[in-house]
Formats: sequence, structure tokens, C-alpha cells
Amino acid sequence: MTTTAPALTHATLQAADPILEIKNLSVDYGFGDDPTHVLQDVSLTLNRGEVLGLAGESGCGKSTLAYGATRLLPPPGVIRGGEVIFTGRDGVKTDILTLNDKDLRTARWRDFAIVFQGAMNSLNPVHRVGTQLIDAIKAHDKTATKQEARERAAYVLEMVGINADRLKAYPHQLSGGMRQRVMIAMALVLEPELLIMDEPTTALDVVMQRQILEEITDLRDRLGFSVIFITHDVSLLVEVADRIAIMYAGEIVEAADAKDAYLRPRHPYTKGLLNSFPPLRGPRRELQGIPGSPPDMAQLPNGCRFADRCPFVMDRCRTEDPALSRTALKMSEPERLVACHLHDGKASEVPAELALQAPQK
Amino acid sequence: MRFFIRRGTFYIITAWAAVTLNFFLPRIMPGDPVSSAIIKSGGQISPDAINSLKVLFGLDNGQSLWEQYTSYWGQLFRGDLGLSFAFFPTPVSAVIQQSLPWTVGLVGIATILSVILGTTVGTLIGWRRGTKADAVLPVATFFSAVPYFWFGLIAILLFAVTWDFFPASKGYQPGLVPAWNWEFISSVLWHGTLPALTIVVSSISGWILGMRNMMVTVGQEDYVTVAQAKGLKERRVMVSYAARNAVLPQISSFALALGFIVGGTLVMEMVFSYPGIGFVLYQAVNASDYPLMQGCFLVITLAILVANMMADVVYAFLDPRTRQEG
Repeated sequence: MTTTAPALTHATLQAADPILEIKNLSVDYGFGDDPTHVLQDVSLTLNRGEVLGLAGESGCGKSTLAYGATRLLPPPGVIRGGEVIFTGRDGVKTDILTLNDKDLRTARWRDFAIVFQGAMNSLNPVHRVGTQLIDAIKAHDKTATKQEARERAAYVLEMVGINADRLKAYPHQLSGGMRQRVMIAMALVLEPELLIMDEPTTALDVVMQRQILEEITDLRDRLGFSVIFITHDVSLLVEVADRIAIMYAGEIVEAADAKDAYLRPRHPYTKGLLNSFPPLRGPRRELQGIPGSPPDMAQLPNGCRFADRCPFVMDRCRTEDPALSRTALKMSEPERLVACHLHDGKASEVPAELALQAPQK
Repeated sequence: MRFFIRRGTFYIITAWAAVTLNFFLPRIMPGDPVSSAIIKSGGQISPDAINSLKVLFGLDNGQSLWEQYTSYWGQLFRGDLGLSFAFFPTPVSAVIQQSLPWTVGLVGIATILSVILGTTVGTLIGWRRGTKADAVLPVATFFSAVPYFWFGLIAILLFAVTWDFFPASKGYQPGLVPAWNWEFISSVLWHGTLPALTIVVSSISGWILGMRNMMVTVGQEDYVTVAQAKGLKERRVMVSYAARNAVLPQISSFALALGFIVGGTLVMEMVFSYPGIGFVLYQAVNASDYPLMQGCFLVITLAILVANMMADVVYAFLDPRTRQEG
């Protein structure tokens, strides 16, 4: 898949080959009469072979989106509605949300695997690394002999740069970086088509971060899986992701090609988020945070959820919730979606910093 | 290996400290059997009689405390715990030998049953917390909150007096000769059922609660979510990932409980007039019977130490992190 990807434009890719389509996913926290609506009608499409970055502040619903889509939400998280369509290599579409328990178990790890946030706690401390790798193989391939499973486990370990004799190690005998590699190896052991990575490098130092990112990119080129990469570090995403979706307070506020989003943000929140991280390249500039804090999800304001913190807030923003849609510049950027009144074409003037144009080729 | 040597050394030192304390404690306590005999007779006892009592109990040879201490160690290594005052002239070791198997058998089996049942139930309701199964908890807690002596008496009243299901007291049918035949063994089992059941019912809530809470805690660990995400069978996630880790603290509690088996559930043995070591200890205290008390305490301490040692080994086997060298 990936070998042909560069030849195709993103637009055709998007139309032709989605692997995961999240449609109107809604998630609540709490069972009672007054649950908190954490996600409301969130839609997101991941194309085959693509790395989609999901970014946003803590608590904006990035992880909830990923866990909701894979039905791994711990209580009191409840999926209230929506569809999550997974399209296999064979073209068969299944809605993950309506699978029965048995089919869900079969699909897990074989179709979509997850690398969790805390590498430190993702491995069971009382079982050997090998046991935990083989566990996953045996659960999905009943015919595999112990020897085959062991060889497979050794192979994926070597693939992420860990010596196969570490199969015998217990998790506490490995460093944080090695544990994270083991988790990646474990996620790849069944060659899934989709890999969800939830802040896979957050707990690691920058050197290790870099190594692991390079490895992920490498492995993707070799194995051709698609990735949803969750992080709060936008500048990191620019390096690995093909496309970026920015989340704020349980909604996707902007989705665009990684370079476009980074160089020419449209949503004020994206802009603010980018200003909060030092750029990896280019001249030094002063960092600016975003003043204020995200709204209380239990008491969401009317209108745009970002209005209180937005430097360009208008009267409309307080009453009307902007929909995620094409920008007024839709001709020149066909796949950018943004949820902001500034870009619906009716705003009298779009601030210059949010209306940067791509250089003409 | 170093782990076991270190733990071994620790236990030897602890054992020494325990034996030494065990030697001194009764001697610090006021009173001795002779003075209690004097008090009992209301002072109507001649000095000659007092002297002969002292000779009889071996309290006359005027040894210093240190000499007594060293000879105590010597006797210990010969397996000689002295003569009991209360059951004079039976040797202490014989008294203990006679009563210990009763306690270990009954309370041991009851405790193991309680642990296995409690841990299993705790695993299940901890795994499905928030379901109706949680109703087990208040019921079990109620039974452990009831004072045991009262609970035991009610059990006797209901199951031995009102409905004559079980015998009310003793370890076996009076008149039977202890022997390895079915008649005697069935009698022992028959007599042991009610006390064992009361122990299980009154102690199980602790095991359920402990395991349930650990299951709830471990259930939120990332590795359990990972196991689920891997598509493992529900049962396998519950047993091999959640329960396997949640059971570790239960092991330590179990070791402690094993030690206390020997100390006996004194109250149980009194309520059921059971011929165990707790009952013997009670009699020894009443009679200021130092040798017997010391003997009982020694057995209890050593039992707790041995139980802890076993727990250490089991723990090291179950949790690789404790095996860490260095």
C-alpha cells in the first residue's frame, strides 16, 4: 500500500481507501440522569497507509476518542451513539461498535492494535515478556505451536531492536525505552492493519523519543499499517503525521494535511497550540501559551467552545456553534476542515495570520 | 540464591529473639504456682509444704537467671520443654503433641477453605463490580462483625440443640479410642464440621473483601486493559492478568493467618470444648504454668516464622520483582 501512496494525491486516497471511519461518535462519562457528554458527534476518517495525528490539550478527548472507537473505555465511559467502520484488507466493512463479544475479541489486535500511554504499566510485572507476546499470538492463532509462537515473538522483538534473548526477561528488568519497544513489538506481532498509538513517547527522554519515532516510521514503511498517533506535542506530529486533526473540548476543530496545519493554521486554537511549542527548525521565537483553560465539560457554554479563550471572538461565536466544514478557501485546500466562524465566508475579515496562503507552485 | 540466604539469616535472628523473649516474659510476670497454691489454701499451708512444693516444681535450686537461660537453650535443643505444672507430671512436649494436631487439623482446614472460597468469591465480584454480586459483601461482613463466641453459641443452639445435626462439643465421641479406623475418623469429622463452618463463615469476609478490593485496583491497571485489547478471553484476562496480580497481598495475609492457626482460635476451642492447643494455653495461663505457656508460645512463634518463611518462598515464586538480586 505504502509504496504506491506517494503517487496518489490525498484527495483520491481519501475517496478510495478509508480504513477506519468514525462517524458521529458520542461518548458520555457517567450513567446517571446527568452524564457528562465528553464526545458529541465526532467524525474522523483514517486512510489506509496514512499516519493521522490527533492533538490537543490534556482532557480534550483524544484518548477517549481512541478508546471509544475500540470499545476499551473503562467505566463510567459509555458509548452513546455513532458508528466505527473498519474496512479490512479484503474490503469487508464491519462496525466495531456493533460486533458481538467474540467477534470483537477476534478483531482486536489482529485488525487494530494499540500502544498505550504508560509503557511502564502496560506490561504485566509478573509474566515474562515472551509469555505476554506469545499470549497475543495464541489468542488469535490456535494452530500455532509453541515453537512457532516463540519464533514469531523473537522476530518482532528483533524488529524493534531488542535482542531475542530478552524474551525471558521480566518487565522490571527492562528500561523505559525498552518497555515501550516491547509494547510496539507486541502491537505488531499479528501484523495489524491499524495501529493506535496513545502518547507512545510521552514518558521518554527526547533521544529515546526520536529513536522510537524513527522506528515507527520505518516499520510503517515496511509493514504498511495505518496509524492514529495521539499526542499533545504538535511539533512532534509534523514530523511523523501525514494528516493532523486538532481536538478541543471533545470536538475536532481542524483537520488538515500535516504541513498545512503546521505552517498555515486556520483555527485560532490550532494557532495557539502551535505557539505553545518551540519549533523544531527555524528561528527562535517566544513561546505563547493559550490564556485560560478548557471549559468544564459538564457545563459547556453555548456557541463555540473556544470562544472564551479566542483572541478573535465575535458575537456570533457566543451563540452559534460552528460546524466542522470546508474553509472559504475551499478551492485551494480541498481537504482541510475547520470549525470556526471566521472561515465560513461570511466573516468580514479573516485575520492575516489565520489566512496564510500556500506558495504557488 | 542470595535472596534466600538473606531471608534465612533474618529468620534465624528473629527466632533467637523470639525464644529469648519467650524465656523472659513469663519470669517478669508476677506470681508462680507455689504462691498461687498458697493463695488458694488461704495461707493455711505449712512452710514444709511450701518447700516440698518448690522442690516438686523445681523452683528450689537457686539458679541465676543467666544459668536458667543457658540451660533453657540446652533443653530446647534436646526437645525438652520441661514438665507441665497444670498437668503434672506430664512433659510439656507431650501435652502440646496431644493438642496441636487437633487445632492444626481443624483450624487449618477451616482457614484454607476460607481463603480459597473467599479469594475465589472476591475475584468474581471484584471483576464484575457494581453488579448484584456485590450483595455478598454486606452479608459476609455482618457475620465477621458478630462476636465469635456469641456466633458460636448461637450455632450450637441452632444446629446442635434445636435441630440435632451436629454434636455440641468435644473433638470426638467420648468413649472411642483414638485410632486410624473409620469409626473414629468419621466421629472426628462429624465433631469438627460445626466449629469449622463457624470459623469459615466468620472469617471469609476478610478474604472476600481483600481480594475484591485488590481486583478493583488491579482491574484499572494498564496491563489489564492491554490484555483486553489483545483480544484475550475474558476468563484469561481475569485469571492470568488481574487475579494473578491481585492475589499477592492475599498470600501475606494467608501466611499470617497460618501462623495464628497454631495460636488457636482460643475462643472457638472454649466454646466447643475442643481439645486443641488454644484450650491448653488457656488452662496454662490460669494455672501460672510457665513451662506449658512457654511451650505454647514457642510453638506459636515458630509456627508464625515458618509460615512467613513459606510465604516468602511462595511470594518470590509468584512475583519476580521480589527475586531481584542485590
